[in-house]
Amino acid sequence: MTSLRTHFRSFAQAPRRFYSGAPSTAAKLNLPVDYKTTPILHHTSSSLSNTEYPAGATSKRLNLYQAINSALRTALSKSDRTIVFGEDVGFGGVFRCTMDLQTEFGSDRVFNTPLTEQGIAGFAIGAAVEGMKPIAEIQFADYVFPAFDQIVNEAAKFRYREGGTGINAGGLVIRMPCGAVGHGALYHSQSPESLFAHIPGLRVVMPRSPAQAKGLLLSSIFEHNDPVVFMEPKILYRAAVEYVPNEYYTIPLSKAEVIKPGNDLTIISYGQPLYLCSSAISAVEKAMPGVNVELIDLRTIYPWDRQTVIDSVKKTGRAIVVHESMVNYGVGAEVASTIQESAFLRLEAPVKRVAGWSTHTGLSYEQFILPDVARIYDAIKQTLEY
Amino acid sequence: MSLKLLSRNGLRSQPVTTARIVPARRWSSSISQRPGSDSVRFPGAVNSKFTSEMAFLKASDLPAIPTYRVMDSDGYQIDKTRPAPNVTNEEVLTWYKNMLSVSVMDVVMFEAQRQGRLSFYMVSAGEEGITVGSAAALTPDDVVFAQYREAGVFQQRGFTLKNFMSQLFANANDTGRGRNMPVHYGQNYPRTHTISSPLATQIPQAAGAAYALKLQDLQNPNRDPRIVACYFGEGAASEGDFHAALNIAATRSCPVVFICRNNGYAISTPTLEQYRGDGIASRGVGYGIDTIRVDGNDVFAVNEAMKEARRLALSDGGRPVLIEAMSYRVSHHSTSDDSFAYRARVEVEDWKRRDNPIIRLRKWLENQGIWSEEQEKETRDEMRKAVLKEFGEAEQEKKPSLRDAFTDVYEEVTEEQREQMAELKRILETYPDEYDLRPYKDGINGLD
Ligand SMILES: Cc1ncc(C[n+]2csc(CCOP(=O)(O)OP(=O)(O)O)c2C)c(N)n1
Ligand SMILES: [Mg+2]
Repeated sequence: MTSLRTHFRSFAQAPRRFYSGAPSTAAKLNLPVDYKTTPILHHTSSSLSNTEYPAGATSKRLNLYQAINSALRTALSKSDRTIVFGEDVGFGGVFRCTMDLQTEFGSDRVFNTPLTEQGIAGFAIGAAVEGMKPIAEIQFADYVFPAFDQIVNEAAKFRYREGGTGINAGGLVIRMPCGAVGHGALYHSQSPESLFAHIPGLRVVMPRSPAQAKGLLLSSIFEHNDPVVFMEPKILYRAAVEYVPNEYYTIPLSKAEVIKPGNDLTIISYGQPLYLCSSAISAVEKAMPGVNVELIDLRTIYPWDRQTVIDSVKKTGRAIVVHESMVNYGVGAEVASTIQESAFLRLEAPVKRVAGWSTHTGLSYEQFILPDVARIYDAIKQTLEY
Repeated sequence: MSLKLLSRNGLRSQPVTTARIVPARRWSSSISQRPGSDSVRFPGAVNSKFTSEMAFLKASDLPAIPTYRVMDSDGYQIDKTRPAPNVTNEEVLTWYKNMLSVSVMDVVMFEAQRQGRLSFYMVSAGEEGITVGSAAALTPDDVVFAQYREAGVFQQRGFTLKNFMSQLFANANDTGRGRNMPVHYGQNYPRTHTISSPLATQIPQAAGAAYALKLQDLQNPNRDPRIVACYFGEGAASEGDFHAALNIAATRSCPVVFICRNNGYAISTPTLEQYRGDGIASRGVGYGIDTIRVDGNDVFAVNEAMKEARRLALSDGGRPVLIEAMSYRVSHHSTSDDSFAYRARVEVEDWKRRDNPIIRLRKWLENQGIWSEEQEKETRDEMRKAVLKEFGEAEQEKKPSLRDAFTDVYEEVTEEQREQMAELKRILETYPDEYDLRPYKDGINGLD
């Protein structure tokens, strides 16, 4: 069905007019991410082995929305209890993640809902507590807030409130595209992970790539009995392409991954900024021969893998946390203070945070508000030279 | 001092004492039942008659709410016995030109987006009659909350082409300070609040704003009373905020007119999957709100309904009114959407041919002998030229200053933000090759 034009493509691809300033032609650091060569993605099928991915599996090159689609198809085939729904999900969703699923699995299991996020979340919770595996889509993370009551007061507290009855909202997954794309302004750019990470009872997951997304999403649906908020960096839907195993596989939640080993400094990040970190690290390692930076992908933002982070910082003695959403009361604050509590005597420099400034994502200013390669590069140098 | 003591006591003692602070009410449940009465004054349903016949109300058995029309699709008045619409030729010509102007701008801007000169755009094709016709019934002092497909409301309320273009290009003349996505217009007076993307949030706000106007106008009887007009789509009416808004507006008797643009779609979702029952109008009745359904392609019907709604909203101390204006979204949802993935091309073509608010009004004007082919062509050409002129100027205009990335979050920039602005400035100075500041007003000094 290549004739189907892509929906909301301009939300996932840069338009020609750059609202927040064109990249400078002289730039050496703030270049557009080259997703074709970034070491973060598996550009060959053989590079999938020696990882958490299933050994000897066949694989296919997929972008992020295709990998999500593949995970949803796998889940719908694996269990009759799986249902997939949300606004405009029937025709494939505005980002094409549910493409063809209604045709394949029928409109009882894959369907449009009316336009009501609180309804979608409450409906999903009800279905989960009666034994289904609902995968609810919120069209944009920016529009999850009408559902906040259901997620925070209901999904997160269900098991605790029910206590001895044993009833819980496990099996529930709420997916939502998040993050900036260059022109989304106030309401198509947000990354509200820290708001959910503040709530015990929720698992908050953000994959960095197509193969990670499939394994983490299947894990959220089948391997855990806790409600999961699953956030998909929408800029990666089309941009990030890599080999993804065809079959069912899972990647454990609440387990971080060291995606590049190093000895001199640890960068902790998740989602799209990992690509910026990777570029900044290459630039620093080229400019300062001998320097070796470790890069950790948190993957699950809460409950998070504290041990992997602490072990790394105990080894390197320096740490930077990078995320897109606002620095104030963000994930960086939690990670930095945990490092400070657990590895204080090993620290050679203060833990730095590179994150969005404490403001909203104004259309014309996005480039200056969110972390870029230059800011990460600068933070690495400052931390190394402290 | 004594007040403080009283509230302290109130906290410590039994709830009974609160009666001293909050005056006691007479509860409706205390009204006693007359012997032999054929109805009961339940507090929640005071006029309900007893019946021995058990019958569930079936929505499908009720007749559909009719659709109010003044003019037929050939531009003739349907009921020849009633007086002609109470508007001067001059006024109608203004409406027509406003509808036309929005439509000309839509064509240019849609194309501009396709050429990559704009990141995003939404047209309002097919809904110009609803927006212009209803806004024409408002006074400049009335307050408007809209959704995003209401360019006609802005046009009718004096928003200029320069205003439109400044917002669309997020330049230094944009009142939104370059912060919002295209089509998120806003103006202080005649007050038309800046569009907010999260759907339906404006509907309960409209109720509260109407309550504010009502109290202020009661306190100042010398001024002409005002209403709030609130626009939204039939999709947005599925949000909890819509229901909350109607209920609270009804209970607080707010002078607000809710105008639902029912255009058959919410992105890809057709009304059949959006709601059951008789459209959005039936919801109004359920909340005890005066309600009408109108033909949105008939600018006279929309205008008359809005005039009457405004009068009702200000009568008996104020009350909400709901208008459901029917149309068809002939365009794609936005430039990010390709609607032929979920609806047939012929469906759209049929609708385009069948009915359209602009063509219908044009026929009316021609039937009245006050418009001609020649005037049409001339006006369209002029409008296109005017749009392109403002387009060109707005596109060249500088972006606002970088400081506006931080201003207006709080009334004053915070101490933390000031440090962040200084840090950003240090980065920009340390890595000058990495950033192009030329498009921004004041360049790097914007951060001082
Ligand atoms: C709370 C919220 N949820 C989802 C969206 C995404 N969205 C934008 S427009 C739209 C459809 C709205 O349809 P309708 O209200 O009928 O207005 P129309 O586009 O037809 O004029 C959706 C789902 C949003 N903006 N806000
Ligand atoms: Mg609609």
